[in-house]
Amino acid sequence: MQLFPCPFCGPRSESEFHFGGDFGNLRPEGSDVSASEWSAYLHLRANPKGSSSEVWMHMTCGELFRMDRNTVDNTVNSSAELEDTHR
Amino acid sequence: MTSFRIGRQGEPAPAKTIRFSFDGKDVTGLEGDTIASALLANDIAIVGRSFKYHRPRGVWGAGVEEPNAIVDIDMPSAVRNARATTTPALDGMVVRSVNAHPTAATDRHAFLDRFARFIPSAFYYKTFMWPDWHWFEPNIRKMAGLGILDPTAISVERADQVNEECDLLVIGGGPAGLFAARTASEKGKKVIICDDGFHFGGSLLHRQANIDGGDGPAWIAATLNVLRDRGVQLLARTTAFGLYDHGLVALNEIRPGKASSRLWRVRPTNVLLATGAIERPLPFANNDLPGVMSAEAGLSYLRRHGIAVGRRVVLATNNGVGVETSRELADAGIEVTLVDYRSGRRLMVAEGSKRVAGVKLSDGTRVAADAVLVSGGFTPTLHLFGQAKGKLRWDDDLLTFVAGDPVPRLSAGGAAAGSFGLTGVFESTARALASFGLTPRAMPKIVGRDTDYGIVAAWPEPNMSGRVWIDLQHDVTTKDIELAARENFVSVEHLKRYTTLGMATDQGKTSNLNGLALMAQLTEKAIPEVGTTTYRPPFTPVPFTSLAGVTSGSLMNPPRRLVLENEHFAAGANLREYGGWLRPAWYGAEPEATAINREVRQARDSVALFDASPLGKIEVLGPQAAEFMDFVYYNTMSTLKAGRCRYGFMLSESGIVYDDGVLVRLEENRFIVSCSSSHVPGVYALLEEWRQDRFDRKRLFIHNTTADTATLTVSGPKSRALLEAVGLGIDLGDKNLPHMATAWGSFGDDTVRISRVSFTGDRSYEISIRADRAKHLWKTLRRRGEAFNATLLGLEALMVLRAEKGFIVIGKDSDGMTRPMDLGASAPLAKKTAEFIGKRSLFTEEAQRPDRNQLVGLEVVDGTQPFAIGSHGVESTPAGKRSLGYVTSSYFSATLNRPIALGLIERGAARHGEEIDVQHLGQIRRARLVPPCVFDPSGDRLNG
Ligand SMILES: [Zn+2]
Repeated sequence: MQLFPCPFCGPRSESEFHFGGDFGNLRPEGSDVSASEWSAYLHLRANPKGSSSEVWMHMTCGELFRMDRNTVDNTVNSSAELEDTHR
Repeated sequence: MTSFRIGRQGEPAPAKTIRFSFDGKDVTGLEGDTIASALLANDIAIVGRSFKYHRPRGVWGAGVEEPNAIVDIDMPSAVRNARATTTPALDGMVVRSVNAHPTAATDRHAFLDRFARFIPSAFYYKTFMWPDWHWFEPNIRKMAGLGILDPTAISVERADQVNEECDLLVIGGGPAGLFAARTASEKGKKVIICDDGFHFGGSLLHRQANIDGGDGPAWIAATLNVLRDRGVQLLARTTAFGLYDHGLVALNEIRPGKASSRLWRVRPTNVLLATGAIERPLPFANNDLPGVMSAEAGLSYLRRHGIAVGRRVVLATNNGVGVETSRELADAGIEVTLVDYRSGRRLMVAEGSKRVAGVKLSDGTRVAADAVLVSGGFTPTLHLFGQAKGKLRWDDDLLTFVAGDPVPRLSAGGAAAGSFGLTGVFESTARALASFGLTPRAMPKIVGRDTDYGIVAAWPEPNMSGRVWIDLQHDVTTKDIELAARENFVSVEHLKRYTTLGMATDQGKTSNLNGLALMAQLTEKAIPEVGTTTYRPPFTPVPFTSLAGVTSGSLMNPPRRLVLENEHFAAGANLREYGGWLRPAWYGAEPEATAINREVRQARDSVALFDASPLGKIEVLGPQAAEFMDFVYYNTMSTLKAGRCRYGFMLSESGIVYDDGVLVRLEENRFIVSCSSSHVPGVYALLEEWRQDRFDRKRLFIHNTTADTATLTVSGPKSRALLEAVGLGIDLGDKNLPHMATAWGSFGDDTVRISRVSFTGDRSYEISIRADRAKHLWKTLRRRGEAFNATLLGLEALMVLRAEKGFIVIGKDSDGMTRPMDLGASAPLAKKTAEFIGKRSLFTEEAQRPDRNQLVGLEVVDGTQPFAIGSHGVESTPAGKRSLGYVTSSYFSATLNRPIALGLIERGAARHGEEIDVQHLGQIRRARLVPPCVFDPSGDRLNG
């Protein structure tokens, strides 16, 4: 059982979290998004071996945050609040 | 062999006698015995039959490494495949050997052993291939196996689970572990120490020692007193069986007098492995005969239980610790013949049938013996180090694997670190503690020099004569490993799976290294080049009850309960689980179908009362709320006027319909998302995700009020009259509250929200009220309803009512391919300009394909039986039959007095009027494709 650090609640058991996708997989915007661009957004995943930046949701507080962790040894390097991009 | 109890030296008082049965025979033991020690005290040599050949087998060890003495316990509580060497013997216990028919001593499958040369590794798979392995499997499984499960024997005692953290977890309570716990506790550290034995002390419980001026037991007692004073948590009978991510260590504690164990989840800062070492067997012909035992175990039975394993003992060893063991046995008055491999003489054959009678040595001499103790060297117990992804390193002097490069927060001391003498044990423990920054105040003072371990190689070799056993529990011999090598299963992982070496319940604790050493010789490699298999938890088997804890039975996946559950029970409701909620399926004692038909008719004729409380009520507030609703819904929602409701779809980014429901706009900046009952958590997470991703968190808020608010639905031609009789403080007329409008009213002192939305097709009102005040409203509705011939409506009848109207249930009438256009909702895609979730996906080739499966009604053409749900529409083509989609909902409609159905059928929307074949379990029926709504298509009844 892994311990994930929610930036708002501190270290909590992994069962309280939900994976939200790769960090930086931005939604293509606009009216002329190509099929391949949209398909890459929906389906193409980096699936890195080693360090990985991800978005997770802490289900008990409802907050999304960024977590950087290592997919080989499962160490968590950091977690941080998401920046408000639509202010 | 003639094992017997000689009593322990200096025993203070005689222990209490206990009696239990083994394979129906009476066994007498003493309190403090394990099942194995009691069997030895009664000279019971054969304790089980081997897994494959049904060879007679006796006790090999005295601890968790035991491969042979596996038993089923029937009383006092059912335990399967218990290790006799670690299970306390209790008065009145009923114990049976496993894999023996009828008993271990007289097993009728023992004939298998005479055919052994015809049953090599993989024999069963190779021989019983034709015509089908599964024809033979049941009988083979019956012959080859261990304990027999009794599915009716369900443990009623739920296991405790404890979460704990500490500065240092010490695993193993021998001299190394006790010294480590003492050192850490004198620095004020929070320490937990566990040991899988009944008592702390490890080897000091059976080996002679002089520490700090006293003997072993005195040092143990003094140290334990210190630990207790300092508040160290002492866990005896507790096995650390797994080391998991982020430093989690799992322990299983056996509790005397309890049917279930206790699971500990410990998060220590540091872990000290003081797990000791396990003695290896020596390879010689018939080394599996009952009476051939681990030398360390022989000494342990003598010192801990006062049992001599034989009167005339041969002790064969390739190391100094084994020689020391023979000296200690001789000191106790047992006649011991030492076969010291280091002086060139080796043991070649054990002789005897059913139990050992003597041995033949390499120089040709024969020695009569009733027990043969062997010590083939010691293997440090590093399973947890391996689980922590630590790499093992081969040690050429110790002839074993030891811990390689250090793993953070984990260190080994004592025999686990390859120190097999007491001075070395304390020194290596001090080194391990130093890696955690802990220095002992003083080292224990040892009188006497450490034994010289001085091991020489005595590995199994190719072409040894006779049958030389490597894995006792899984019946793997040197010949099986040679066969594996010939057939090129030389990788260590292949070797394991081909021969099943190390795959038994003991996980090869005594056999793995000998097997690897033989494979190394067969492939002309060094042992470390052969490698080791991966260490995985658990170290020893763990009862499922421990792992489950309280999450079993009704607590496995607890359903959500309605606040009015007691009211429903009182009204005769039959409850079923729907989307995680326990809800009334139908009411009354009539048969299910009769009750559903009655509820449907009454709902259409007069008025129905339905508890819709699980319906989603997620509030969305703030100046960005309307913009947000446009983004999360497929439909345009910003044009909705305050006080009005609109039906809509929520999609995933793939354009698949995720949920449907009604959105209520209470005020300019306040909406209520009324999503389907089973989707509330999912929709809430979806809303939060998009809110935080692209909206201003200070101008948009989401609040889930589903659980705070009960919703009671009143539906039917007389619903308005009933509510006017009840009195809700507002004008319920169609002008003030038309269909798809919402308004505030009151019931007594409480404010209620009344929405005119309909899932039945009839005039309907949903009344939402504080959950804790719902009971009074429900009772009033029922009492007033009597005058209107009101019925209570269960979920099954509601399903019929909505299907008559062609109203869908997402996930039932849609699947993981369904886009909104497939459900007849194409207008928003054509008209909506605002961006929304999944929009781009609806313009893909796949989404625009003309031959998609579309929602359609299916009229039964051939008779009165409803179609089976899941029946496929089929069409014949030159290439064979082809599916056209399938039936998603199917009911008998009491309103129309005929069966009705919905389905997703290829191009269905454009094919109304056509007939198709419908196939189910080989039977073909006929259906006519019709519009989904088959009742009141003009919608007049909404205002009726
Ligand atoms: Zn949190």
